Amino acid sequence: MKIRYAIAGMVLGAGGMTAAQAATQLTIATVNNPQMVAMQKLTSTFEKKYPDIKLNWDVMPENELRQKVTVDIATNAGSYDVVTLGALETPLWAKNGWIQPFNNLPKSYDVNDVIKPVRKALSYNGELYALPFYAESSFTYYRKDLFKKAGIQMPEHPTWKQISSYAKKLNDPSNAVNGICLRGMPGWGENMALFDTMVNTFGGRWFNKKWEPELTSSGWHDALSTYLNLLKNYGPSGSTSNGFVEVENLFSNGHCAMWVDATSGAGYVSDPKTSKVAKDVGFAWAPVAKTKNGSHWLWSWALAIPKDTQHADAARKFVEWATSKGYVNLVGEKDGWVNAPPGTRYSTYSNPDYKKAAGGYADLTMKAINQADPNKPTEKPVPYTGIQFVAIPEFQALGQSVGQNVAAALAGRMSVDEALEKSQKSVKSTMQQSGYYSK
Amino acid sequence: MNKMSWPGKIGVNLLAWLVSILMFFPIFWLILSSFKTNALAAAREPAFIFSPTMASYVNALVNSNYWHYALNSVYTAVGSTLLCVVLGVPAAYSMAFRRSKRTDFTLLWMLSTKMLPAVGVLVPIYIVYKNLHLLDSALGLTLIYTAMNLPIVVWLLYTYFKDVPGEILEAAEIDGASLVDNIVRIVTPLALPGIISTGLLAIVLAWNEAFWAINITNVHGATLSVFVSGFKSARGQFWANMSAASTLSVLPILVAGWFTQRQLVRGLTFGAVK
Repeated sequence: MKIRYAIAGMVLGAGGMTAAQAATQLTIATVNNPQMVAMQKLTSTFEKKYPDIKLNWDVMPENELRQKVTVDIATNAGSYDVVTLGALETPLWAKNGWIQPFNNLPKSYDVNDVIKPVRKALSYNGELYALPFYAESSFTYYRKDLFKKAGIQMPEHPTWKQISSYAKKLNDPSNAVNGICLRGMPGWGENMALFDTMVNTFGGRWFNKKWEPELTSSGWHDALSTYLNLLKNYGPSGSTSNGFVEVENLFSNGHCAMWVDATSGAGYVSDPKTSKVAKDVGFAWAPVAKTKNGSHWLWSWALAIPKDTQHADAARKFVEWATSKGYVNLVGEKDGWVNAPPGTRYSTYSNPDYKKAAGGYADLTMKAINQADPNKPTEKPVPYTGIQFVAIPEFQALGQSVGQNVAAALAGRMSVDEALEKSQKSVKSTMQQSGYYSK
Repeated sequence: MNKMSWPGKIGVNLLAWLVSILMFFPIFWLILSSFKTNALAAAREPAFIFSPTMASYVNALVNSNYWHYALNSVYTAVGSTLLCVVLGVPAAYSMAFRRSKRTDFTLLWMLSTKMLPAVGVLVPIYIVYKNLHLLDSALGLTLIYTAMNLPIVVWLLYTYFKDVPGEILEAAEIDGASLVDNIVRIVTPLALPGIISTGLLAIVLAWNEAFWAINITNVHGATLSVFVSGFKSARGQFWANMSAASTLSVLPILVAGWFTQRQLVRGLTFGAVK
């Protein structure tokens, strides 16, 4: 008897699902970052405006998203109508013909209002292939109260040498304050994001013009020595398990005198509801060493439409809506201006409400994004684009393996030279296997 | 067996408590974290006393469509278990009572399919499912879970059936019982505790499965494993939200396990003492 009920229940349930499928169903693959959480909350607003479109969200961790969407597109499964892509994948996927270009955007969209370097990062052959709902650069966070107490003035453009000396001065284990906190968790989007900017500014590069790796050069050596010195002597314990989220927490709980990371953490650490040090946070440019090139990164999360979707028109309506000026205003008014999508539009940064809410860091964020140049990321010329990444399909694997070695050096299992030689070897073999050069 | 001296008893008791607390602590911490704010849940100093908030539960239940995922978990776990039992009972019967030369080999072969890592067959299954339009469906996941659990179900049922004395079946046959009668009226009722506990185990295994759920479903067929994994993020604070989602995901199976505990233990020890 019970089984009969169960079967009846299943049949009814299945019937209910089919009934809801009358409208055009858009399936959106995305990550769970705060901007996306805000977007999901506004689903009903969009569905009210377009009653014949229904939004379904598939929210995943970043790595699963890349794998799942890649498999889906490569096998033409067509499960997704809208996908979330980063600045690394967009040009690569456009080159593969996996995503559709955004030609003829309506005038009301005002594409020139989208911040130019972000637009460039999401383009391939001069055509836009994804529209941004979020962009960030990196800069230095510091504790104004601790600096004042120690009688130090943070310059607008600090150098890594200055940062090292400040970290030494401000390191205060007895009060649970670390001189500096940085990411240490291995991964191309974790420790390597910061470390790549250090390599760039210390004069290093991933490849020379012939695609030969240069990971044992002095630039890499100096960057790694500085990074290890900072974290081993003045950093928190267990740094190898700290990613962005963990360090953001340490900083907002008052355990770090300085932090160099994504501009997008600024809202969180300046909000008294989430941060114990909200009123004492200061901001400066990302530190430099030999060159300014590539010293701060550029990243964007954007929405793209896979080539094999059955609902391209509806998908486009949604992507244009979710990245429009109107959407920024909607989030600002509903969720508070501090939560408005950062880094995407010039108009956001001239909006008085946003300026009021994000006064401490809005200008610097905008300048940092605007001056990040993925086409000239290093001192010496390179055959690739990208600041904290190299825009080639192999990079995720390369970044992963080098990131592991950097973390191993941080954990004390390898010396600087060992880590770099091992990295050089593995990068060289990957590049040879991928056919970048023969010898 | 010698009686234990009282210091020994206390020692064993203490050790048992210690091990239990150690094993239960992660679950306790999960539940505790789910009532914290995101900032507090991730704070370096562990907080045991704080003013609890239900915000994470509201977020999981209202904003994140919990019931849709929970319903799919019920469909796939219960559906695949029913299928497993329907297929497994006759299979185990034939292996226990109609043995042939190849029975042992077949049993071993069935178990050996569990040794292949699931990821090894992901791409072929993905492509087959794509062509059969089974991607992102609860039905597709149910079929996979059936295949996944069937070897274990057959093995367990086989061991339970072996404990049913063959004489009873012979006696029934003399009285004119058919094969179906034997299975339905004799063996099944006698081995019922075993069948039920096997079913419970299959439900638990299917409920907790994450690999297939995450890889072949997106929205329509997605289960609670997919729901929980979605809370991980490289940006933004998520520990409390994820704790609440995890608590909500393990709660149904935990409660079900609690109520069927006696049944489960009885089934698992069924026939152990002769």
